[in-house]
Amino acid sequence: MNALKPHLIRLAPQFAVLVAVVLLISLAFPDFLKLQIQNGRVYGSLVDVLNRGAPVALLAIGMTIVIATRGIDLSVGAVMAICGAVAAASITSGHSLVYTLALALAVGLLCGLWNGILVAVLDIQPIIATLVLMVAGRGIAQLITEGAILTFNDPGLIFIGSGSFLGLPMPVVIWLVFGIAVTLLVRRTALGMLIEALGINRRASTLSGVSTGVLLVAAYVLSGLCAAIAGIIAAADIKGADANNAGLWLELDAILAVVVGGNSLLGGRFSIAAALLGALIIQSINTGILLSGFPPEFNLIIKAAIIVLILVIQSPRIRDLAALFGRSESAEATVKQEAK
Amino acid sequence: MNPRYVPLAATIAIFVAAYALCILQYPNMLSTRVIGNLLTDNAFLGIAAVGMTFVILSGGIDLSIGAVIAFTGVFIAVVLENTGLHPLVVFVLVLGIATLFGALMGAIIHHLEMPPFIVTLAGMFLARGMAFVLSIDSVPVKHPFYATMKAFYYRLPGGGRITLIGGLMLLVFAAGILIAHRTRFGANVYALGGGVQTARLMGVPVARTTIAIYAFSGLLAGLSGIVFSLYTSAGYSLAAVGVELDAIAAVVIGGTLLTGGSGFVGGTLIGILIMGLIQTYITFDGSLSSWWTKILIGLLLFGFILMQKGFLYLSKGGRRLA
Repeated sequence: MNALKPHLIRLAPQFAVLVAVVLLISLAFPDFLKLQIQNGRVYGSLVDVLNRGAPVALLAIGMTIVIATRGIDLSVGAVMAICGAVAAASITSGHSLVYTLALALAVGLLCGLWNGILVAVLDIQPIIATLVLMVAGRGIAQLITEGAILTFNDPGLIFIGSGSFLGLPMPVVIWLVFGIAVTLLVRRTALGMLIEALGINRRASTLSGVSTGVLLVAAYVLSGLCAAIAGIIAAADIKGADANNAGLWLELDAILAVVVGGNSLLGGRFSIAAALLGALIIQSINTGILLSGFPPEFNLIIKAAIIVLILVIQSPRIRDLAALFGRSESAEATVKQEAK
Repeated sequence: MNPRYVPLAATIAIFVAAYALCILQYPNMLSTRVIGNLLTDNAFLGIAAVGMTFVILSGGIDLSIGAVIAFTGVFIAVVLENTGLHPLVVFVLVLGIATLFGALMGAIIHHLEMPPFIVTLAGMFLARGMAFVLSIDSVPVKHPFYATMKAFYYRLPGGGRITLIGGLMLLVFAAGILIAHRTRFGANVYALGGGVQTARLMGVPVARTTIAIYAFSGLLAGLSGIVFSLYTSAGYSLAAVGVELDAIAAVVIGGTLLTGGSGFVGGTLIGILIMGLIQTYITFDGSLSSWWTKILIGLLLFGFILMQKGFLYLSKGGRRLA
């Protein structure tokens, strides 16, 4: 229990916000909390939140790692579109499900590799390096689907979008399993610490023997893989690949989820669990607004308000102010500042 | 040649070469009509890109301009529909709002010391959300003054027209070039892009300059919104999605360094023209699909970033290899 304590403290604010949002919605709509089991499957608004939040949650996993390296990946939405298009094109031309999935994931890895090489080897600013694929990616996806919405009805592929496993929708299972796997990978090995070191000071990490180049490329490759899975889910969900709209603006939602999760955009310490909670907070607000009958457009304004609020909380100036009010906080602030 | 001019020279060379290739294939492209349309069709993008050039020169980025353009368009359309105000009054009003909006973002960026990327992202959500709140549907503008302004153009020899909005873009570029290279504010922008710390030590008013840069970008995004509303005669909250990316691409293709501190407003004009040329070529060809535009612009962007890296590497004598 003691070993878990720091993690729980880290996640407490996000968890509190999530609970508060859910309580607020359920106060207005008591049905929100209701879960029922039909045909061996759990139904209810809460499950919907988990299910609808799947693409952003998946993207947030990769984005957390990339942001921890002091980077950013703007191309994930476009990569989603490309991989969805690849999956749809492959399954409609008669390839097997396994081949299709492998191909789509490989394309995602390749896109990540491209970003990673631009950032790590050519030393281009991440915003700009990933902008290239963001601009060209949708064009490539349209090239694959030839401008149309490529529909398919392969039951195996559709199962990924709308099937269920152990009573939970498939997308939920996928992002939960993937999130846990990546968390274990970075936290049970030294990888997580090395990524944090790289994000705080790349030069110092290189000089102390960390192969920062490989790590950086790996971070973007992971982000590409996450985008590929999210793209497959998004395509399977609507039984078609829409090159124009699949994953549109999801890169921004994913970044928002990571930031709501309390991860600093300046790199360094990160928490995947917190980013996933961030994704759920965003999705709960989305669902809440839909339920409340407000026009969904209010979403954007609420998101803007959330960003501003978080900016104020994260701002170094505010932290300095807070430091004036208490010694313990001031000590913490200096530690944090030194960490940067 | 001064190495500062190499990226700009490369941009101009590419534009001339690309235009020559187009003319070889389609001799009709060498007409004032095509040039006039090139200016008119890219007017709103060009005006917004001037603001983006200043932001990027200062080492920042502004993701909100597409949303501000949409907001401006919807605001004009809704106000014109529901009140008896003259369009010119509405224009002044909306320019004021856009400028204040930009100034607010600049103030947050400076005073809260947050990355411009995330602040302007919030601005983008906010502006787009406000546009949606005003109206979800596309609102047509039927004011007779719009027709008057659209009928106003300068006739070039050969039948081409420099329309009001095309001419406005050229004027904005001229003003941008003057401000960037001939005023203290322009010098401050370059200094800020060279490094905030050095700029502060040199006595540049960092707070005022940062706020002014984003306010200027907001003002030009508002102006671009007005031009867009003239161009389409409607206001739609989903319009101009992704214009900020096109503007960034045009700035980079125009030879401005993304790290800030080096580049030319004039280069951005060439960048806009190159992107417009690709579009025009695809229209002329007829068999190429529109998505090739995106892919080609992506490739061009990549090529220019690579070129910039090469120059940086050469100018520092390979000392960056650590």
